[in-house]
Amino acid sequence: MFDIDKWQEILATIKKNKMRTFLTGFSVAWGIFMLMILLGSGNGLSNGVAANFMNDAVNAMWIWTGETKIPYQGMKTGRPIQFHNEDQEIVQKVAGVGVSSGRYFMGNTRYSYNKESGDYTTITCHPELKDVENLILEEGRFINKIDILQNRKVVVLGADIKKALFKDSTALGEYVNVNNVPFKVIGISTEPGSTRNRNAYMPVSTAQMIFMGSNRLHNLALTIDAKTLDESRAIEEQIRNVLAKKHKFDPADESAVGLYNKLENYIQTMKIFQAIKIFIWIIGIGTLIAGIVGVSNIMLIVVKERTKEIGIRKAIGASPSSVIGLILLESIMITTIAGYIGLVLGTGLMEMINYFMVQSAGPTPDPQGTIFMNPTVDFNIAVSATLLLIVAGAIAGYIPAKRAASIKPIVALRDE
Amino acid sequence: MIRLNNIHKSYEMGSNSLHVLKGIDLNIEQGDFVSIMGSSGSGKSTLLNILGMLDNYDKGTYHLSGNLIANMSEKKAAKYRNDMVGFVFQSFNLISFKNAMENVALPLYYKGVPRKKRNLIAMEYLEKLGLKEWANHMPSEMSGGQKQRVAIARALISQPKIILADEPTGALDTATSYEVMEILKDINAAGITVIIVTHEHDIAAMTRQIIRLKDGRIHEIIRNGELKQFQKNYMKELETA
Repeated sequence: MFDIDKWQEILATIKKNKMRTFLTGFSVAWGIFMLMILLGSGNGLSNGVAANFMNDAVNAMWIWTGETKIPYQGMKTGRPIQFHNEDQEIVQKVAGVGVSSGRYFMGNTRYSYNKESGDYTTITCHPELKDVENLILEEGRFINKIDILQNRKVVVLGADIKKALFKDSTALGEYVNVNNVPFKVIGISTEPGSTRNRNAYMPVSTAQMIFMGSNRLHNLALTIDAKTLDESRAIEEQIRNVLAKKHKFDPADESAVGLYNKLENYIQTMKIFQAIKIFIWIIGIGTLIAGIVGVSNIMLIVVKERTKEIGIRKAIGASPSSVIGLILLESIMITTIAGYIGLVLGTGLMEMINYFMVQSAGPTPDPQGTIFMNPTVDFNIAVSATLLLIVAGAIAGYIPAKRAASIKPIVALRDE
Repeated sequence: MIRLNNIHKSYEMGSNSLHVLKGIDLNIEQGDFVSIMGSSGSGKSTLLNILGMLDNYDKGTYHLSGNLIANMSEKKAAKYRNDMVGFVFQSFNLISFKNAMENVALPLYYKGVPRKKRNLIAMEYLEKLGLKEWANHMPSEMSGGQKQRVAIARALISQPKIILADEPTGALDTATSYEVMEILKDINAAGITVIIVTHEHDIAAMTRQIIRLKDGRIHEIIRNGELKQFQKNYMKELETA
């Protein structure tokens, strides 16, 4: 198979038939190039949107309260609903609920350290909030169970608060005054996908004891374990039923208790993306078929054009197999090199787009703003597509080459 | 050397069958210089193609150097052509994207001779035919006579026993035709059998045996004394022309 002389013969033929070589190569390179761009864009879009969802746990759910709008068991409408600590406990017991946290917001809490001070929102919560909102800890730790049980006076500061109060000095282990009560700083946090980190977190039990003097909660944040839309809706309904029973409102009353189910949203969006992906694949396969047809066409013409040459070669002693080998190897060589060029150009372009997007996003990337992320193609898919084109080109070349090689040299010679 | 016995050949033309050769018996010995003549459609090119194993025949037997040439595989036929026969065509049939030297060297490629060596040999043959300076020229840059000389060099390079020439002077002017014939004469003098197909009497007159075909049969074979008369007639015609 490997015979330097044969390759020299092929190289010489290619070198002297530049137009033919270019046309064959171009259709292959173009097919692969377009496929890479299509698949890369599809991946980029779906990566970007998926990253946006990752700002919180994809299976997060938030529950808040309102006023009843449907009369229930003789009670009038307009009755306010208030969550308390036990609501978090009963929701946690519903099957399918992962982790949960109660939340109580304190707007405009005064934080001070030495001469620096500022007003920030304090979110009082359970340790599980970290998992629901995917909080990132730059330093230290988040609130834990012992903090809750012992009503420890600890606080996790958002990165911006830390910067405002402490500048460049260490905050961890220091005490800040929160509404004139000293709290120990145990961690510095940032929220994914946000440029503003101006929230502080403290144990809900401590805050209730010191600032609110009761066991009220504003809302509940939790995660649910569901694979499908139906499962997720079932869990949602159960939670609503449990809360309706406890607070005595109609389970159909949407304004008594509000509920946002992110998983539902996520599953729906992913379904759209699946559809887009299928669509992209259909176009991609269409592009590949166009490439294959292009290569086949050119190979047919090439063989037709070379019929006389084949006749000459046969007259001076070329065997049919050497003629087929010559044409096939030439076709395989052109498609391989052209396919590789298309592959490199296509992935190169996508990488370049990726690079400029990362550059223009600046030092603090804001995934909220980009719906296009990491637009690259799986290497295996790229290589298989190229191989497919090469094989198709070889088959497309083989059939006419075999026919041309088996006709009588005298017929081939007569061909004008 | 060449022994044909009752060779028949017909071509299928759609539903019609065209009976071209209707029983040819012919012996050609080593070192002969033969021309085949006849009006168009008399089957002279068909006969040459059968002799050169470019085409097969329907009936009869063909022995070349004692071997029966019949129903050979394409591969075997290619090998025989490469070893035994050199072809010269009316339209030269050079490969247009190869230069003179590469064209001449091509038969050796199929014999498996390494590139450097076959190019060297090709240069030798080009030199013999006075085309050394044209070695790197493409066929399109050469005159008809030069192209035919390249084709002859290509036919000679595999050192065949027979040179088959189908109207080798058909596309050339008279002066160039005679040059080509001189070359073929020299080749014949070296012991190689040369068989040419021609319809020009003056060209045929330069060979040593003339086979006239008529309607697919051998009409007459002119040699020795008769040939002298033939030559005298046509040479005279030439001089007066």
